[in-house]
Amino acid sequence: MNYPETFRYTKEHEWVSVDGDTGTIGITDHAQNELGDIVYVDLPKVGAVIETGKSLGSVESVKAVSDIYAPVSGEVLEINTHLAEAPEKLNEDPHGDAWLVKIRLSNPGAVSGLLSAEEYQAFIGG
Amino acid sequence: MSDPSVDLLKTPLNAAHRALKARMVDFGGWDMPVQYSGIIDEHNTVRTAAGLFDVSHMGEIEIKGPEALSLVNYVSTNNAAKLAIGQVHYAGLLYDHGGFVDDILVHKVADDSYFLCVNASNQDKDFEHIAAQNRWDCTVENAGPRYAQIAVQGPKALATLQKLTKTELSPIKYYWFTDGEVSGDWARIARTGYTGEDGFEIYVDPSLAEKRWNELMAAGEEFGIKPAGLGARNTLRMESGMALYGHEIDASISPLEAGLQWIVKFDKGDFLGRARLEEQKAAGLTRKLIGFEMCGRGIGRDGYEVRVAGAPAGWVTSGGPSPTLNKNIGMCYLPLDKAVPGTSIEVMVRNAPVEAVTIPIPFYKRAK
Repeated sequence: MNYPETFRYTKEHEWVSVDGDTGTIGITDHAQNELGDIVYVDLPKVGAVIETGKSLGSVESVKAVSDIYAPVSGEVLEINTHLAEAPEKLNEDPHGDAWLVKIRLSNPGAVSGLLSAEEYQAFIGG
Repeated sequence: MSDPSVDLLKTPLNAAHRALKARMVDFGGWDMPVQYSGIIDEHNTVRTAAGLFDVSHMGEIEIKGPEALSLVNYVSTNNAAKLAIGQVHYAGLLYDHGGFVDDILVHKVADDSYFLCVNASNQDKDFEHIAAQNRWDCTVENAGPRYAQIAVQGPKALATLQKLTKTELSPIKYYWFTDGEVSGDWARIARTGYTGEDGFEIYVDPSLAEKRWNELMAAGEEFGIKPAGLGARNTLRMESGMALYGHEIDASISPLEAGLQWIVKFDKGDFLGRARLEEQKAAGLTRKLIGFEMCGRGIGRDGYEVRVAGAPAGWVTSGGPSPTLNKNIGMCYLPLDKAVPGTSIEVMVRNAPVEAVTIPIPFYKRAK
């Protein structure tokens, strides 16, 4: 799987992509692969405020439940409602159609503190 | 977190799992495959075709000698005197206080020889527990290292295994075994399993395990056999309502509470835990195991609190999605009056109550 150069990544295996002051958040291909068959995704409500490093929701695979941690802070503008009906999309397209939430970044500059694609791939490889 | 400095125990099939690119996990100190192609795919393959499981981590304990029956019957709850040679039964190994040391399969090999299959992480504890009770003329051996165990499970299990053995499999009844051969080498072939499907658990020499595994994979290819890991083993046994040590049963739970009164034979004479179980039976149970199905969105997982009408009432022992039923199911302990099918309960999913309803166990039964 390609790890887009324009994304930023966390050591907790989330990614964020920034467009102006909007951030799109998802989990990485590595994360979905480690989780296995994803059967349920629990996302915050539109309007909720999420904080860096705090749980914004959870992803459940057949085997286990895992928290999703916010890579950056902001207010939830939109959630990916398709995942309620088709959580398995997260296994198929974690860096694309199966994004989780879009937020209004409270501090767009904070993104630069996260891992680059190269750094993240080195992290999961090691 | 697992400590990488601790060497995990490996079964003779470890290299085979790695060659199949299985995801490996630390399972009670054993380096075991949790999945290969994916839990749901493996689960469905076992329900519709055949799956191959490495269960070599399971322990084997042999009890031999002229008074072997006396020891077996004293340490276990079921009545081994009723077993015919070649027959298997499920039993509880209890402490004096009525809780489980382990749950076991007892195979009667001969009048003076019993073969116990026990849980991997309990095998040393079980062996010490049994050996400590041995005041009869028997030998007790922790025989785990002498056996590898492979389970072939599913509607095509018989057709797969039959290609490799001259031992006639069809006449072997459920919960019976025979000492025969697979590919010309000695094998104990038991028609038992932990999936709710027809199938066999074969015990072979560890040095031959990888060869047997590869032969079974090849023999089952035409039926669509796949290797299956601990993940599918868990979802399959959960649908079938089978207990898992450390979840439905443990040292704090009695077989009566776990719905396993059928493995407790009070008419067989004394056995460890008997007095406590009789007291419990006379006084009446206070809690019982029951199944549930989630109604609201969310999955009840092991250890989650269960509430009835807003008040804490019990806990989930096992829970997760059921690939066969396409529902989120689980098992939980509840006070006796609540442990009846049709009771509305709430499972506390990450501190939020989610509606569920109790339903009978098992959730799934294969058509015979």
